[in-house]
Amino acid sequence: MAAIPERLAGVHGETRTYTGIWSWLSSVDHKKIGIMYILAGLFFMAFGGAEALIIRIQLWQPNNHVVSAETFNQLFTMHGVTMIFLVAMPILIGFINAIVPLQIGARDVAFPRMNALSLWLFVFGGIFLYSSFLFGSMPDAGWFNYVPLSGSVYSKGLGVDFYDIGLQISGFGTLMTAINFLVTILNMRAPGMRLLRMPLFTWSALITMLIVLFAFPPITVNLILQMFDRLFGANFFNIAGGGNALLWQNLFWIFGHPEVYIVILPAFGIISEIIPVFAKKVLFGYESMAMALSVIAFLSFMVWTHHMFADGLGPVVNSIFALTSMLIAVPTGIKIFNWLATLWGGRIHFTTAMMYALSFIPLFVIGGVSGVMLAMAPADLQYNDSYFVVAHFHYVLFGGTLMAALAGMYYWFPKLWGRSLNEKLGKWNFWLVFIGFNVTFFPMHISGLLGMPRRISTYSPGYGWTIWNQISTVGTFILLVAMLILLYNLIITFLRKPDAPNDPWDGRALEWSISSPAPEYNFAQTPLVRGRDAYWLEKQEGDGKMLPAEPAGPIHMPSPSLAPFGIALTIVLAGYGAVLHSAIIGGFFLLLTFWQIGRALIDEDHGFHVTPHMGGEAQ
Amino acid sequence: MRWTQRGFRVSLPLLAVGAAALLSGCGVSKQSALAPAGPVARAQLGMFWESLAIMTGIFIIVAAVFLYSLIRFRARKGQTGLPKQVHGNTTLEIAWTIIPFILLVFLAIPTVHYAFVFGDTPPGAMQVDVVGHQYWWEFDYPSSNVTTANIVHIPVNTKVDFVLTSKDVIHSFWVPRLGGKTDLIPGRVNHLWLEANQTGTFYGQCAQLCGAGHAYMKFEVVVQSQAAYDAWIAQMQNPHVVVTTAEQKAGMALFQQDCSTCHTIGGTAFNGKIGPNLTALMERPTIAAGTLTNTPANLAKWLQNPPGVKPGALMPNLGLTQTQIQQLVSFLETLK
Repeated sequence: MAAIPERLAGVHGETRTYTGIWSWLSSVDHKKIGIMYILAGLFFMAFGGAEALIIRIQLWQPNNHVVSAETFNQLFTMHGVTMIFLVAMPILIGFINAIVPLQIGARDVAFPRMNALSLWLFVFGGIFLYSSFLFGSMPDAGWFNYVPLSGSVYSKGLGVDFYDIGLQISGFGTLMTAINFLVTILNMRAPGMRLLRMPLFTWSALITMLIVLFAFPPITVNLILQMFDRLFGANFFNIAGGGNALLWQNLFWIFGHPEVYIVILPAFGIISEIIPVFAKKVLFGYESMAMALSVIAFLSFMVWTHHMFADGLGPVVNSIFALTSMLIAVPTGIKIFNWLATLWGGRIHFTTAMMYALSFIPLFVIGGVSGVMLAMAPADLQYNDSYFVVAHFHYVLFGGTLMAALAGMYYWFPKLWGRSLNEKLGKWNFWLVFIGFNVTFFPMHISGLLGMPRRISTYSPGYGWTIWNQISTVGTFILLVAMLILLYNLIITFLRKPDAPNDPWDGRALEWSISSPAPEYNFAQTPLVRGRDAYWLEKQEGDGKMLPAEPAGPIHMPSPSLAPFGIALTIVLAGYGAVLHSAIIGGFFLLLTFWQIGRALIDEDHGFHVTPHMGGEAQ
Repeated sequence: MRWTQRGFRVSLPLLAVGAAALLSGCGVSKQSALAPAGPVARAQLGMFWESLAIMTGIFIIVAAVFLYSLIRFRARKGQTGLPKQVHGNTTLEIAWTIIPFILLVFLAIPTVHYAFVFGDTPPGAMQVDVVGHQYWWEFDYPSSNVTTANIVHIPVNTKVDFVLTSKDVIHSFWVPRLGGKTDLIPGRVNHLWLEANQTGTFYGQCAQLCGAGHAYMKFEVVVQSQAAYDAWIAQMQNPHVVVTTAEQKAGMALFQQDCSTCHTIGGTAFNGKIGPNLTALMERPTIAAGTLTNTPANLAKWLQNPPGVKPGALMPNLGLTQTQIQQLVSFLETLK
């Protein structure tokens, strides 16, 4: 769809235009931002995966010394931080960015420039974290960074400073994303798109962003308190100075448990999109699915001490949090049963996207039922901090989140890039991931029950752990091959000409009613939504085209801007000032940041208009 | 044939010993939560099997419906139109909300029950203070004024109240065959009670990341008959350090100069409190918190370069000569 940009009447100065790489760095288009989120997430996944591979090689046999104990601690810390903050969240936020505005019939998000700022804060925050490598010490106190081990007394390197400041920077971005999407979903839905007509993926985005809004402040407080401890000698977590070790744990897990739902609810959403499409059946129990998401979000804030059952908080606390944790099984079970009921009596097409989505069900159930076992506080004392827990959360985060993300990748690829991924390679990719995943992680249940604690850099022979660790390591190499196939598939697909049809899967939601890839303005005319599965409805009961809710005419678009990129860059440079204890560097770049923010606020550019061609295509 | 018969006669007891070893704690169940030797670990294993049974049942039902659907309802050639569209079914939806809820009740009852059983220290339990250090364990017996490190002796069939504190970072005390873990948190006092119903050695190790030496922070629990335990306490209370040879005397002098600031040895004037108490060191099967077996060669290896043996060890490389190391080892060998 060609579009003719038009200057907005009455605007002072030229409308900025950028080409080449600058058109990406300056983009405020939610689709480009979504794509960059996903690509950056995949980029960091290569690092997180390489770390996992080295961890598994080190654990191949007892008394192995491939890496030192100090390096090992940095490897699993960065693996956890990377996979949670730099892979799972960005890839899911990328899909939310790219897809949710399309699903609700909007032309962009509520705050496009802030959206770009979110992206660049995440990207630079991630690069900042990894740059700790150049300063000789990466974070090494585990992804939950417990005090006092992470305090200045016991962690003298700069690694934890990079953790504190890097996660604050990327966390600001995530909070802004939450505000942005809450406003977008609540305010920018097309006429007729009532809340209970929204696709489940959009529902999951809405609830996820609500969780982010409440979960990120506690971790931010934690990071700021520890930054004060480490940079300015405060005593929030310094026991000798009257600090409290459990303060960190409480604030961390008040964030940390909802965080698990931040990365699993969008996965639920993806599965709820894909299963009806390839089973050719309407989603079973739509209302209960939306309700279950909300109940899970609510409960996610009342279970945090189940990460702390071994802290000796007492039988009352342990009992209450055990019961609330178990309760989560009920709404989660409802979702599983609803997906099964959707499959039942359907007409199931085994595309790669569907196979990934289907594999989610048994894998997530395994992670879910071991979760219920972990919720039994007195029994958890055996599982806590053992490989049993490592097995559990990988079934949830890999078997759940990553399988769903890969499902989403194969499903939405044509809409994002105008090309479909190779299905034959996709099947190889799927089966190797599925097998490699189970070979890697199932044995960890057993090594955990045999008494193997997590995070040990090596172990002695004679515990019966060796064989299970060797199986796990073999599985990791299967996963490596699987991921290389995915990479190859991505590369050859990117090199092909865009040829994907608008609606390759016979889809149900609004994103399939527009061209692939979606035009910059998304909808030439805002669509009128007449029910759930809005596009499907028109295909079944209408003429297969969305009815317009407005007359055709010029469309107002926000101007691209390099300000978000610049602001994020200078915040990160100020971060280096803080880590290096340089008030001059830190102060200079903070001032530069504020100056840019001020300039962006008084920016008089009100955007421009485009006039879409109303050609012969289905628009 | 005679040979085969002999082979049979020899191998049968071997098999029996092997199976017994497997079940009793050597081999694969050395540190296994699946081989309980006390009431706490047994109750936890009971909860494990109960929840595993219920959860496996749920998984089998889900997997059966799932696989049946994938086979029965796969798209076939020649199908036209759409399958029947079902938006929901109130009865079914209520059923799969309520049934999991009922199953959870079966798990909730033992959960709350044992949370209180494990959470309240039984009256009259024998007290052992456990202090976590990077990266070793201090065990104090306040009633008998005995201190040891990395090995703790307890009497069989006796409830023991482990009082858990930490000198530095968070550690976690875990002896899987006796029961689950509890953390040692600086600034807090935690209690964990355990009981062993059989004599023998049980293995434990730190379960909470505590730094570079986390993997090297192991300990042993020696469960003895009351008489043997009493004898051990008596021995610890009256240690005999008899230094006779010139080499041993030189080692003792060296110890006073280089080691006594940190280490205590019962029966001598050495009373440093920073490192592990070395009273009756020769009675311990391992050194460096389970890192090496306790042999003269390994003692020498340790003294040569502690952080080289155990990453992050706070005992520095003292730059001892081979002669000095031999003298120290000779002296340490007298600690009985």
